[in-house]
Amino acid sequence: MNLWLTILIFIPFLGGLLAAGLGAERKKLVRGCALGSSLLVLGGAVCMWLHFDPHSGGIQFDEKFAWVPTLGIQYYLGVDGLGLLMVMLTAIVTPLAILASWNVEDRPHVFHALVLWLQAGLLGTFTALNFFHWFIFWELGLIPAFFLIKLWGGPRRGPAATQFFIYTMVGSVALLLSFLAIRQATGSFDFIELAAMAKSGVLASKLTATFGWPHIGLVVFFGAFLGFAVKVPVVPFHTWLPAAYSEAPSPVTMLLTGVMSKMGVYGFLRILLPIFPEQIRQVLTPLLWLAVATIVLSAFAAFAQKDIKRMLAYSSINHLGYCLLAMFAAASVATGVTASDLQKAAALDGALLQMFNHGLTASALFLFVSLLEKRTGGLRGLDDFGGIRKVVPVFTGLMGISLFSSLGLPGLNGFVGEFLIFKGVFPLAPWAAVISTLGILVTAIFLLTLIQRVFCGPLNERWVKMPDLTTAERLLVFPSIALMFVLGIWPQFILGAVDATVMKLVQQLNF
Amino acid sequence: MLAWTIYITFIGVLVLMLLPRDNARAARIVALLTALAGCAVAFAGAIQQTNPGQVTEIIRVDWIPIIGAHYYLAADGISLVLVVLTGLAAVTGILFSWNIEKRTKEFFAFYLALIGGVYGVFLSFDLLLLFVFYELTIIPKYFLIARWGSTRKEYGAMKLALYSFVGSHLVLIGMIAAWVVAKGSLGHPSLDLVELSQVHFSAGFQHWVFPLVFLGFAILAGMWPFHTWAPTGHVAAPTAGSMLLAGVVMKLGAYGCLRVAMLLFPEGVREWQGAIAALAVGGIVYGAGVALVQKDFKFVIGYSSVSHMGFVLLGLATLNTIGLDGAVLQMFSHGIIAGLLFGVVGRMVYDRTHTRDFNDLERMNVGKLLPFAGITFVIAGVASMGLPGFSGFVAEMQVLSGAWMVFPKLTILAGIGIVVGVAYTLRAVQKGFYPDVPAAAAEDHAHAHDHPLEPISMPERIGAVILIGASLVVGLCPNLLMKWIEPCFTSPLFERLVKGGI
Repeated sequence: MNLWLTILIFIPFLGGLLAAGLGAERKKLVRGCALGSSLLVLGGAVCMWLHFDPHSGGIQFDEKFAWVPTLGIQYYLGVDGLGLLMVMLTAIVTPLAILASWNVEDRPHVFHALVLWLQAGLLGTFTALNFFHWFIFWELGLIPAFFLIKLWGGPRRGPAATQFFIYTMVGSVALLLSFLAIRQATGSFDFIELAAMAKSGVLASKLTATFGWPHIGLVVFFGAFLGFAVKVPVVPFHTWLPAAYSEAPSPVTMLLTGVMSKMGVYGFLRILLPIFPEQIRQVLTPLLWLAVATIVLSAFAAFAQKDIKRMLAYSSINHLGYCLLAMFAAASVATGVTASDLQKAAALDGALLQMFNHGLTASALFLFVSLLEKRTGGLRGLDDFGGIRKVVPVFTGLMGISLFSSLGLPGLNGFVGEFLIFKGVFPLAPWAAVISTLGILVTAIFLLTLIQRVFCGPLNERWVKMPDLTTAERLLVFPSIALMFVLGIWPQFILGAVDATVMKLVQQLNF
Repeated sequence: MLAWTIYITFIGVLVLMLLPRDNARAARIVALLTALAGCAVAFAGAIQQTNPGQVTEIIRVDWIPIIGAHYYLAADGISLVLVVLTGLAAVTGILFSWNIEKRTKEFFAFYLALIGGVYGVFLSFDLLLLFVFYELTIIPKYFLIARWGSTRKEYGAMKLALYSFVGSHLVLIGMIAAWVVAKGSLGHPSLDLVELSQVHFSAGFQHWVFPLVFLGFAILAGMWPFHTWAPTGHVAAPTAGSMLLAGVVMKLGAYGCLRVAMLLFPEGVREWQGAIAALAVGGIVYGAGVALVQKDFKFVIGYSSVSHMGFVLLGLATLNTIGLDGAVLQMFSHGIIAGLLFGVVGRMVYDRTHTRDFNDLERMNVGKLLPFAGITFVIAGVASMGLPGFSGFVAEMQVLSGAWMVFPKLTILAGIGIVVGVAYTLRAVQKGFYPDVPAAAAEDHAHAHDHPLEPISMPERIGAVILIGASLVVGLCPNLLMKWIEPCFTSPLFERLVKGGI
């Protein structure tokens, strides 16, 4: 019997308990314990990656036990290419976030315990295949995040944390109600089983038969959609995000944007697309408009920001908007069957790649911001700097690479994902693809503005003595930068692992 | 065996009365030992019961033969769950009132008398006996509030007693009517619940008797808009009193609704089903909304109880097995969680800071002064929001699941209640424990408050851990209780009630 995934989830959970138990006084031990357990998870994730069979496309490392048989609840864990990719991303970003928060002095034991529990919640969300315990983890991630913002955040942390929590809860309750309706109709909480039912049409007929309400499918879909839309977020459900990202301490923002925002996209891919393809098709045009609005409006909003963190927060929304575009386009019905399958596969491949790339790049960017804040005592306005490339050349160079990766420069990781998405979406929904390119343009403008205002121009006299990156800090940012190049040049590394999964998803969508 | 829960508790009352007046320590220990023994018997008896789906007789002797009353104690799975809940609530309530110095022995005597009455209600299968135990609980709860309470205690106590009496009178009228009709159809007088549940009362009769009896019990369950005793009563009561009021006394009402009103008049329920569900959802949303704007910490918890009991009533109104299962589980879950919330607010915070006003608490930064209380409240709050992993989630999930089938639109409304529930809990956490105070102001206050608050004592810690543990265990392993509850609603006893439900 294999318990890989259970063990993987329990490592950070127990590590968190241990860190909390060590107390505020033993700071070094606490940090060591946090880093140790997150590295252990990374090791485990790498082992899994190596043992993963990329050709099957099915669920692997699965564990299935009866839990509450009377309610159709099972303990069911497993990953396919998508799940594994997200587990990998979580495993990579968490140790970086822990290292970036090495200097937290206020109750470090609680801080690190919360970070580890957040990681446990994330790992659980990406591996659970039964709604009941998937939902436990989905919500479990919320509480540590709330307290990390609430207790260690910036000056307006209180409202930001509350807004974040309430928005997410509204989505969660809608999601829960939808799934209760589904369970009532089908007696199942199992994602894989439900997807099979959706494909054969049993789900729709059962829902209608149980509730005697022809539009119930659409109502249930909207509930589930709301749950994920808030988390991604989709415009207009995004207003919690800039506040939360900018008020959270930067290492926590790394986790929020790097991994937690992927929970929403993951939910779309694992749950919404396979279980509700019909409903998505019914409201496809409005959904594509939402995706386009997310891409374009958030890019313009980012352009208008004066705070680097808020700018990057809006840019995050923009980047995940491409994933939405790809997913909705992939759900559309296309005429030439085999050709459109390839387009769909390209779009979904791109979406998966984009998820991973964005996680990597955005967390690296917030890591740079945290290093910058350390030097300026928390100052991070766009106008507070100028010309600092002269005093901190290494910092400028490395952050520049990450910024270019974020705007999709060929050769760096961001390019491949966006390219594949546009390649796939263009034949499927040409108008949406065309308008969305506007987002790319604006992204380029605001990221270049950032580079110009912060790094170039005449040197702001205040920062003459700003120290450049220390060796330790260079080592800290090295893995992310290296991966940006590796994935930019050799994306097959990830595509190879997820290809079979994507093909399976495309098959699932065709009926 | 389970009958000993009642006997032990009343023996405890007698022993307490014999103790010397000024020996507070002895009184506490006797009370704790009694409650522990009762709790142990409850657990042991519950585990022993091999077939929880069936009504298992404990004792049955003639009591007043001329009216067909028996001293008839029995238990099925539903009783087991609630008896175990009572045991846990009794023990933790005593742990949370370890600091009572004023007439300690009388306090605990009343306390145990209340517990004994509650055990009695949950185990009675004779209508008259059930009613006697039910009435018996009113007296101790009146005195507990009026003597040891705070903030308008006489008002709160009187309101609670009057509401309870009005409720019991409605029940009594319905009970007598049912007895008369049943005597006609059975040919002999009977008050045996199992026997009465087989009698077919005419539809016209059920139509007007059911609402009387249901309402009589539902008043005590805090059904909106007859809930107003609950917040004032909870606030006025001493900590252990509010823990018991919210934890088990409100369950008496809900239990009565299910065991008497719904079991005897299944056709009546079906006619009034929609109205009950509407009032339940009204309670869920109204309770949550009102809790959102309270200035007094304890009122927040008081109104949250009204909101959570709405889920119990909604579950009962669904009349399908999953909704009913959820309702019973919610009774247990709310008993545990509300007990914990009142414990933190009443004992840990109010007894030390002597204020429950959010404005004062915000200035104190209680989360820093009493870290254990802060963490406990956060955990309890999270459990009360119905976050998965805790008992509240499994219970509310089943209630909503059942409600979807019958009242889809009301279910969506109840969802709004949950969201507001999250909002008021977060607000209470922020205002009560982790306020946003500018550092300078906090510093000032730290100097002003030179005498530190007394640290959280061991009994409080143990009590909190027991309750959190219970909620977590049930949340992660709901099967422990589900295997008692589930067979009940598929048993012949409830057949008439469930079968007709859609």
